[in-house]
Amino acid sequence: MDKLSQAQSELREMDALAASDSPVHRLHPLCKLLVTVCYIVTVVSFPKYDFTGLVVMVLYPILLFQAADIPVSTCFYKLRVVLPLVCAVGLVNPFLDPTPWMQLGNLTVTGGVVSMVTLMMKGIFSLMASFLLIATTPMDSLCAALRKLHVPSILTTLLLLTYRYIGVMLEQVSVMTEAYKLRAPGQKGIHISAWGSFLGQLLLRSMDRAQELYDSMLLRGFQGEFFYADVPPCKASGIVYTLVCVLAFAVARLVPVTSLLGNLFVG
Amino acid sequence: MIQFQNVSFSYDSAQSVVENLSFTIGKGETVGLIGANGAGKSTIMKLLLGLIQGQGEITVDGLPLNKQNIPAIRQKIGFVLQDSDNQMFMPTVYEDMIFGPRNYGLSKEETERRVDDVLNRLGLSELKHRYNHKISGGEKRMAAIATILAMEPEMILMDEPSTALDPVNRRTVINTIRQLPQTKLIASHDLDMILDTCQRVILLSHGNIVADGDAEAILRDKALLEANRMELPFCLQGYPH
Repeated sequence: MDKLSQAQSELREMDALAASDSPVHRLHPLCKLLVTVCYIVTVVSFPKYDFTGLVVMVLYPILLFQAADIPVSTCFYKLRVVLPLVCAVGLVNPFLDPTPWMQLGNLTVTGGVVSMVTLMMKGIFSLMASFLLIATTPMDSLCAALRKLHVPSILTTLLLLTYRYIGVMLEQVSVMTEAYKLRAPGQKGIHISAWGSFLGQLLLRSMDRAQELYDSMLLRGFQGEFFYADVPPCKASGIVYTLVCVLAFAVARLVPVTSLLGNLFVG
Repeated sequence: MIQFQNVSFSYDSAQSVVENLSFTIGKGETVGLIGANGAGKSTIMKLLLGLIQGQGEITVDGLPLNKQNIPAIRQKIGFVLQDSDNQMFMPTVYEDMIFGPRNYGLSKEETERRVDDVLNRLGLSELKHRYNHKISGGEKRMAAIATILAMEPEMILMDEPSTALDPVNRRTVINTIRQLPQTKLIASHDLDMILDTCQRVILLSHGNIVADGDAEAILRDKALLEANRMELPFCLQGYPH
């Protein structure tokens, strides 16, 4: 399978993943959205040297991946392109902050290294939570939840259609790349001289296709406000889930849980 | 009833795509639009749906096609696109089928009733919750027709409904079209299918109506068809039907 087909297939896999059934999938999308936002805000709010405090936040994605029956490895596999970028964000920190922060045997760990690790963890945890949300909530349910939060319809429609059009564009790229390869045997990728016309054609074809799709929507009564999936009223389980999670995040953020546990065992 | 009166359209001022067209399609009629590539078949459909604006007057059930009436007219007309992939833009068949009815304000219960009714009628119940990207071309074409029928339109326009289908799927689509009671306008190069489904044919050439009348009479006229870059339907060439 070439890279484009793989990308298309992964996009569809995400749709299938979101449509599966588990206790997490069954939670109200608005609850999941609020908890995810709350989680990310909590994770990001940890001080840059609070490495030990942050560690406990890994419990949320790990537990929910288990409950949703999604292997954590799937998350890391799907995020393989973004994760290195997130990890690269803090790479300069060790050079900017050489202050010794702790001693591990003969090894001096500087503040820069700790802040780098903290930053990486923040990025990875946030990505994991976002992935969890997308993998357990169909995009239209997510947009419906955003609408319930009074996010303007133009933004939610844009989000939904962008998600749909990624597939359309990938299909066009796939068809064009195949046609190119068939007439350029032995050539690896697309030659630089063809990039301009290739991108131009891709744009024109995508626009044509997008116009057809839009016409099809117009002809079925679309008037700017996307009809989203029916989101049932929030059940008690959703409210309990939200409250428990928010409370747990607040405790993790305000109480030094790892230090307390450490003192308990080490004394 | 669909009425075109002196309708013209051009993408640029140099050449008209359709020119001074006038015709009427009565309630319950099934009309085939035939003609060579670029004859103006798809343009007529787009004009009728208000997707492009031309000169002249188009009326649908007495409603003149204008900005105010476009929503009402579009609610009356279902359009089956040539490429089903462009029609089925939601993840599942069910979500695609409820898109139109829910946009027109139908209740969840009524929408559900319509979806089940249409799927049962077309024998597609097992497709209801299938992913659009996982169904075959033939199933997708039938599902596209189902999405339109769920809107309960009074008229149906079809652009090349039988292209890229294997013989069995093509026959299923033809049988389905024949059973639909609505007014139908079908644009196609598949003259056998037109002969099978339509009582009347409008033959176009360079945006003009060359012939308008009984389907069999026009489709048997070899000289007329060949003069307009077409051939007799295979079934009339001596091949088994």
